[in-house]
Amino acid sequence: MRSRAALGRALRPLLALVVLVAIWQLTLSLTGVPRYILPSPMAVGQALIEQRGLLAHHAGITAIEIVAGLIGGILLGLTTALALARFRALRRTLLPLLLISQAIPLFALAPILMLWLGYGLGPKILMAMVIIYFPVASTGYDGLRQTPQGWLDLAQTFGLSRRQRLLKVQLPAALPSLASGLRMAASAAPIGAVIGEWVGSSQGLGYLMLNANARLQIDLMFAALVVLVAFAVLLYFGVDAALRLAMPWQRDRVADHG
Amino acid sequence: MPPPGLFVRQASLTFGDRPLFHELQARFDAGSWTCLLGRSGSGKSSLLRMIASLKLPDNHHLDLETSDGAPLMGRLAWMAQQDLLVPWQRVISNVMLSAHWQGNATPRDRQRAEQLLAQVGLADKANQWTGELSGGQRQRVALARTLFANASVVLMDEPFSAVDAITRLELHELASQLLSERTVIMVTHDPLEALRLADRILVLQGEPARLVPIPAPGGSRPRPLDNSELQQRQAELVTQLRETTHA
Repeated sequence: MRSRAALGRALRPLLALVVLVAIWQLTLSLTGVPRYILPSPMAVGQALIEQRGLLAHHAGITAIEIVAGLIGGILLGLTTALALARFRALRRTLLPLLLISQAIPLFALAPILMLWLGYGLGPKILMAMVIIYFPVASTGYDGLRQTPQGWLDLAQTFGLSRRQRLLKVQLPAALPSLASGLRMAASAAPIGAVIGEWVGSSQGLGYLMLNANARLQIDLMFAALVVLVAFAVLLYFGVDAALRLAMPWQRDRVADHG
Repeated sequence: MPPPGLFVRQASLTFGDRPLFHELQARFDAGSWTCLLGRSGSGKSSLLRMIASLKLPDNHHLDLETSDGAPLMGRLAWMAQQDLLVPWQRVISNVMLSAHWQGNATPRDRQRAEQLLAQVGLADKANQWTGELSGGQRQRVALARTLFANASVVLMDEPFSAVDAITRLELHELASQLLSERTVIMVTHDPLEALRLADRILVLQGEPARLVPIPAPGGSRPRPLDNSELQQRQAELVTQLRETTHA
């Protein structure tokens, strides 16, 4: 019974995908949109297979940027959240700064990063980090701040130090809140990397898309997009699975959301 | 180590600009069970939090002395109305939570936690997550956690008010058996609970409130419900509590 339900859960997204492709093909057949505007699913599939070497090379670069950005952004965001929760002086100075930093449009930041760090992987990783940093820092800090008073009372009667209280009580209590920030981060990470690549690069899926567009290889452009979407979906479910492992007591509830 | 007695002096609490109580004094005898009774808003929970040196939003002051002169910190256990079980630890680890949080849990601690779980009748739940327990079971785990601290002074803030009536009666028996020979101060709004469990009853009444001692019924704790003295005294106590609002 349970495995059948699981099978159903796995099949439904697949079915949605098939329907989507069918609508795509149908639109093409009915409206006669030229192929250089919207290639057929078949053509995109063909490009995926024929250009797999090229796609794999650029996908590898983008994957490195995304994963490095994700790890860096999460570590930095978490450190910020912990530091903000621990030191009041830091809260007063850093918190307003953090909020102001969110008013800067990230697209506008990309060319500057490029100027400072060159055309390599650095600025793309940094871009992904910057995008991930804020949701992790803010949901983490929110979670750390909202520890139920009862647990803090217990911590006090147990005679915990402030550091013990932060790491043993506030941090695990913040996990559910932090988890929603991490899921947001997972879906935002590819955006950061691709923006970086669009602004200036010689490798990566974003570069490949721009390049294919300029050469009117629209099917290749779509193939790159498909790979990128697959990345984003994989990343989301990967992070979701990791969070489920980290919070085994919440298994059922997380599964319902996912 | 024998449990200390407690002396509270100069206890004052102001809520906004309304004094709830002013320069209260109270004595809690070593190894005795005292129930603090009062209507909601009388400040009884706040008084308990003050004795435990827990955070309070309002203006407050309290001088606390122990009969042996040693500080209370480190030999105090706290039990609240909410069970305060943490969902990210299994039942057994919730019992030995103090050791886990202090980062010094030993295999002996685990053994002791297992014994305590057996004493509250939940030996078979040790490795479950707390989300799988009923309200009464959760409160029993909280009781086991309170006992684990091995504290000689136990402060309880309406610990049994969130469970159903039958479970509450069972918890009374369990608590009074397991908490004997400790100095217990329990806040409650239930006169019957106080009459069943207390060696001494203090009613917080008036405005600003004073602590009025009420002699507890005879017999050993927990006193059975069919005790006729208990029934009669409950009626008296309820009348007294109702009068305090008109005073």
